[in-house]
Amino acid sequence: MAGRAAIVKKTGDRSRTGRRVLFYLALAVMSIPFVMPTWWMIISSLKPISEIFASPPTLWPANPTFDGYVKAFEMQPFAQQYFNSLYISVLVTAGTMLIASLAGYAFARIRFPGQNALFLVVLVGLLIPSEITIVPLFQIFNTMGLINTHWPILLVSTFGAPSVLATFIMRQFFLSLPIELEEAARLDGLGRLQIWWRIAMPLAGSALAAVAIFTFLHIWNLYLEPTVYLQSPELFTLPQALTRYTDAYGGQLWNVQLAAATMTALPVLVVFVLAQKQFVEGLAQSGLKG
Amino acid sequence: MTTLIKSPAGRASARPGGRRPLTHLQRDALAGYLFVAPQVLGIAAFVLVPLALVIYFSFHEWNVLANTFTFVGVANFERFLGDPQVAPVMRTTGIFSVALVFFNISLALLLAVMLNRSLAGITFFRTLFFSPVVVSLVAWTIVWGFLFQDNGGVNGALELVGVDGPNWLREGPTAMAAVVIVQVFKNVGLNMVLFLAALQGVPQELQEAARMDGAGPRTIFTRIVIPLISPTILLTFIITIVGSLQVFAQIAVLTQGGPGISTTVLVYYLFQQAFLFGEFGYGSVLSLVLFLIVLVLTVVQWQLRKKWVFYEN
Repeated sequence: MAGRAAIVKKTGDRSRTGRRVLFYLALAVMSIPFVMPTWWMIISSLKPISEIFASPPTLWPANPTFDGYVKAFEMQPFAQQYFNSLYISVLVTAGTMLIASLAGYAFARIRFPGQNALFLVVLVGLLIPSEITIVPLFQIFNTMGLINTHWPILLVSTFGAPSVLATFIMRQFFLSLPIELEEAARLDGLGRLQIWWRIAMPLAGSALAAVAIFTFLHIWNLYLEPTVYLQSPELFTLPQALTRYTDAYGGQLWNVQLAAATMTALPVLVVFVLAQKQFVEGLAQSGLKG
Repeated sequence: MTTLIKSPAGRASARPGGRRPLTHLQRDALAGYLFVAPQVLGIAAFVLVPLALVIYFSFHEWNVLANTFTFVGVANFERFLGDPQVAPVMRTTGIFSVALVFFNISLALLLAVMLNRSLAGITFFRTLFFSPVVVSLVAWTIVWGFLFQDNGGVNGALELVGVDGPNWLREGPTAMAAVVIVQVFKNVGLNMVLFLAALQGVPQELQEAARMDGAGPRTIFTRIVIPLISPTILLTFIITIVGSLQVFAQIAVLTQGGPGISTTVLVYYLFQQAFLFGEFGYGSVLSLVLFLIVLVLTVVQWQLRKKWVFYEN
């Protein structure tokens, strides 16, 4: 009896293990189109141009070289372009966090006449893709003489439509804070600014992280706006610069382009792997609540 | 001097109903206005004013070279109606959006269901599927462009299974497929995470109760899980549809709208007309069309919400 039970249990285990192996196998196969491009980008950037098109393709560079990386800096002011992307993304992210948490707090916690109408105005920014307003915005900045400067990107991204989702997320977060915390602070004679900064903001870490992550990613990846507003290579941002690595005939220099692409993608990817829990939760929160 | 400056203020405060110190509520309201001011003014300046200007510009012609700006009435709208490119551009936009939404949401849901269990290494796989979301869009598109070349990695992989692949980016239908593929794998992770969060909110007891009543996995999924996560499905639907209308970088980098105009979606056409050909008036008409599409989609989705969403917390 006992022996038979053991046998039954064993075969049950085996079929379960078998199913589990199949499951992992299916996941591994499905992950190929998600993982391969990034892997291919990194290893190809280390290959000499002759090896890039080797047939059959190799999964590891036989003669690794940093040639593409060196050329990336020689052919364009890549360090400058890197700095442009970095400072624009950081500045807009910081500005958005400030503006969105102020507005989000007021919409959630303060009562003032016309509040709903103003919130509706802000919501319009959420519904209108920036592509719709790009033509008039170009003309406005053209009249102001701000084309071929970073101002249009900095101003529109921080104050305009891209920051609305952040305000929305902050509002949702502040709505969920217990009101008693603030009432105690008011009795102690704190003003609104102090309550916002000293009571509400320190508790808003998770919402602020969500705002920071998606704002940074959004601005880091911006492509249409820089393409429209910027003309000089030394003002370019990274996504724009990546497409300009071509030879005299307009042919793509793959090793240089992939090296530059790797340098653009890898830092964010590394930060993501290190802080992936916050990333995924933050983005899930921004999506769910936004 | 001192008295001159002081006296009006002194008189004002002495007058009944004059400048008394603000009440608690007034001060609060003032704080409210100041707090929302940067955001509200930003939306006014960079969304509402441009929106009004789009309408204004659409009745004008802008000659960039001659630097003239003339009223042309509805000429730009007539041009839109007579433009032989409009029908194919609209069709391309529609096909792209439908294909993207279909593949993105079904793949995201499939992955979320597969990854919604506590097995060893499941977090690792979640990370893998999510990783393209954080890879720079243009970098991602460039490497796919590299893979989609005639002698590139995609055809190399197809060769392994004995298929002679097409020259992806040089033929209309496959170029379209390529753009959809690039976009689907880039952003599925985002929808997957939203679905995972929703699935984790589905009470286990409900599923177990149904199982006891003899319901199979499929019935449980379609009758219990899907209705319970329908708010999230609606949300991903909206995000993905509106996002699909905005696709630009992938087209600009992969195909420049070609071959022919087979991958020219509305946003790319708008960019071409306004910024490559300097047709700002006509570009404004195209912006208005995009605006109307987004508006209609938003209203329709809002209406559908009542029928669709079985459960909302």
